[in-house]
Amino acid sequence: MNIIIVGCGKVGDTLAEQLSGEDNDVTVIDRDYSAVQALAEKYDIMGIVGSGTDHNVLKEAGVENSDLLIAVTGSDERNLLCCLIAKKAGNCQTIARVRNPEFNRQIRYIKEELGLAMVINPEYAAAKEISRILGFPSAIKIETFAKGRAEVLKFRIPPDSLLDNLRVSEITTKLHCNEVLICTVERGEQVIIPDGNFTLKEKDIVSIVASPKKAKQFFKAIKIQTNQVKDAIIIGGGKITFYLAQQLLAMGIDVKIIEINRTRCEELSELLPQATVICGDGVNKELLMEEGLTRADSFVTLTNMDEENILLSLFAKSKNDNMNIITKINSIDFYEVINNLDLDSIIYPKHVTAENIVRFVRAMKNSIGSNVETLHHLVDNKVEALEFCIRENAPVLNTPLEKLRLKSNLLIGCINRNGTIITPKGQDMLIMGDTVVVITTNKGLNDIKDILKD
Amino acid sequence: MNYKMIIHMLGQVCLFEALFMILPLFVSLIYRETDGYAYLITMAFCLLFGFLSSRIKVKNKKIYGREGLVIVAFSWIILSLFGCLPFFLSGDIPYFTNALFETVSGFTTTGSSILTDVEALSKTNLFWRSFTHWIGGMGVLVFILALLPMKTGGTGMHIMRAESPGPSVSKLVPKVKTTAMILYAIYLSITVIQIIVMLCAGTPLFDAITLSFGSAGTGGFSIKNDGLAGYSNLQQSIVTVAMILFGVNFSLYHLLIRKKFSQAFKMTEVWTYLAIIAVSTLLITLNVSHLFPSLYEAFHHTAFQVASIITTTGYSTTDFNTWPPLAQTILVIIMFIGACAGSTGGGIKVSRIILLLKGVRKEILMICHPRSVKKIKMDGHTVSHEVIRSINAFIIVYAVIFIISLLIISLDSKDLVTNFTAVAATLNNIGPGLNIVGPAGNFNSFSDLSKYVLMFDMLAGRLELMPMLILFVPSTWKK
Repeated sequence: MNIIIVGCGKVGDTLAEQLSGEDNDVTVIDRDYSAVQALAEKYDIMGIVGSGTDHNVLKEAGVENSDLLIAVTGSDERNLLCCLIAKKAGNCQTIARVRNPEFNRQIRYIKEELGLAMVINPEYAAAKEISRILGFPSAIKIETFAKGRAEVLKFRIPPDSLLDNLRVSEITTKLHCNEVLICTVERGEQVIIPDGNFTLKEKDIVSIVASPKKAKQFFKAIKIQTNQVKDAIIIGGGKITFYLAQQLLAMGIDVKIIEINRTRCEELSELLPQATVICGDGVNKELLMEEGLTRADSFVTLTNMDEENILLSLFAKSKNDNMNIITKINSIDFYEVINNLDLDSIIYPKHVTAENIVRFVRAMKNSIGSNVETLHHLVDNKVEALEFCIRENAPVLNTPLEKLRLKSNLLIGCINRNGTIITPKGQDMLIMGDTVVVITTNKGLNDIKDILKD
Repeated sequence: MNYKMIIHMLGQVCLFEALFMILPLFVSLIYRETDGYAYLITMAFCLLFGFLSSRIKVKNKKIYGREGLVIVAFSWIILSLFGCLPFFLSGDIPYFTNALFETVSGFTTTGSSILTDVEALSKTNLFWRSFTHWIGGMGVLVFILALLPMKTGGTGMHIMRAESPGPSVSKLVPKVKTTAMILYAIYLSITVIQIIVMLCAGTPLFDAITLSFGSAGTGGFSIKNDGLAGYSNLQQSIVTVAMILFGVNFSLYHLLIRKKFSQAFKMTEVWTYLAIIAVSTLLITLNVSHLFPSLYEAFHHTAFQVASIITTTGYSTTDFNTWPPLAQTILVIIMFIGACAGSTGGGIKVSRIILLLKGVRKEILMICHPRSVKKIKMDGHTVSHEVIRSINAFIIVYAVIFIISLLIISLDSKDLVTNFTAVAATLNNIGPGLNIVGPAGNFNSFSDLSKYVLMFDMLAGRLELMPMLILFVPSTWKK
């Protein structure tokens, strides 16, 4: 596909990396020469220096022959204008990043009237992600497949868990949990797609595929609580906080926001009358203790400083080990280091945004030729979970799975047959109309036939 | 420094060179010449080296700008070292330095020769000699990029930027691989068209092919002792037009193919290039008209010579050594200007000259209005400060290499005009200079030291200086 990305910030960078790596023709536009230069040198893409709202620049980028334009500059108005011009000039699909809450309220109207294919609000998306985690606190991350019938859940094995020193094949025999499949294990910097003989250890980060019901049973069996949290302390009163508080309150969770700026506090309390807004420095130890850090169910750090968020979370962890802690981190450069810290869940808003867009692009490509229904990244960008639909003439049809010559580092997570989730065994076969979730470290799978060895 | 990746790429270059040598092998079979065995032996060497280097497992395929430069520089050196073996082994050029000089001159599309009797070479060797021009014209690494699957992000761009001529190399389309394929497709089609037109004009097949290779790569090796003097006026005119076409920025052709005519006709560089050709031709025609029987005849040969020199091809239909000083001076000046960026030609490049002059104008303006703010523009785009800075650096480096080379080769105690034009002709990848190295002369009388200096100049000129210079910077080699 021909894709134009306007704006070479962090999101533009992640998108360019992802999309050019998936065999798309990517052109980036930015007014800053050095930003364009940096991206054009890193990835196999074309860079154009100029304004994305300039018709001539868009023409030079080949907007007439483009399938998609993604506007992710810092300004909402610029993004919308850019999409509008591209739509008129090239009749391509458009995606705009719009983050102003003022626009967010009328986003449907804007989207429809301007003919946008997708509007992404990074803060809203991040808040959504956080509220989902707080709704199911044991998991670090939840992705849904097959319209919510199957879930990929990621969690860290706590110390002294039943899973510690357990072989993967023993999950069925010892814990009596059928229909649950371990798909990836992160140990330090390593990512493993385990087989039956793999032994789990404490502190491993494990993702499982199962239907929501079976997942609940599984967590019960390994004695991890699955109920949503009762209350949440949020540090920082930015845009994410606003969206998050809104969502959490709707879920019936008590929200306490600690924000340093008085005016912002007043704004928030006006917008969120049900929330408790505390005006004070979140980095003040006394204040945190006073506000009941040790009794809280969950703790979310959303300040603008990554370092502050990390320190606060580590501090909270040391004071209250049973608490669910979520840390927001903007910089994606030090993933490995941060991952080694004892932080429960980490949210990278930029990543969430890019991932949502990539998912959309995949789905769009799907209609052109690729057969990926949904795509999720499980471990940074190392592992992908993809959902395929089995169509006629698929080379995997009606063959027992154990007879298929699958690529290495690849696993069939679950089969959705007419709404029933099947955890595949060796004798199971794929039949037409199934959708399957494939977990793999191989990038760029476009069709179900790509899971086979060449 | 990612040494493994460098060796990996060099191995690929060797494998491709073995592939290229299949063509002369065919020629030797057609003409039943025994020189084919020299090519077989060389191919064996190339394959051996290529095979050994492919045994090295490259885990980290990430390369940066400097690796790109080093890969390109070494590729061209290795290409020349293996490429000269057939001349040496077949005994046609028995002296190794001479064989190497001839090959470097071929690959860099210079066309300076050490041969006194070209016609004594076998057809096979003549074919290979011209074919090196064709490969070198667009660049061997660009060829490899077009064919090899590469999925490592910017890797390709670093290599392409290092090999392609011009102040700021940009892609035609988002993917390096597609860009390389488009470039080679355009290159191949124009070459084939030229061969067909030459055939229609009654040129023998072998001559049509070798001459087209020479003009496509803007090389300049001819297969006759008297250059192109023996061909008909029509055939010479075809070559004139072809040379001018190959000196044009290839993105013009790409714009034409994609029917972006308005953008194509706005390319300042191409217009300037054509204007320089027109003015030079006019002035020289007037200056040399008394040497030819008719004004048309004078125009015909002048146009050929101007096209040949400005595109840095170096073919000749007449000995311009005997021309008056004004004509010779103009020829020497356009030697330095060279062809358009993004073409197969050498020299400083028209776009650099334009930007330099615009830069000078800006500086003068700054003296009159010290607080004025002015951006340099070209084709409607603002030229970034980095590009201007790199052009200034290019010119300084160019001058330094020129002066040092001139100093070293003057040890041979030849006259100044010979030395000056010899360096100019090699550093700008033209071929013939004036006096001893004029169209009727050759480079054989230089000492070995001078020949190696001139070889360095040819490589530096073809690769736009930096790749060759970076080899001498110690920090390049640190891990």
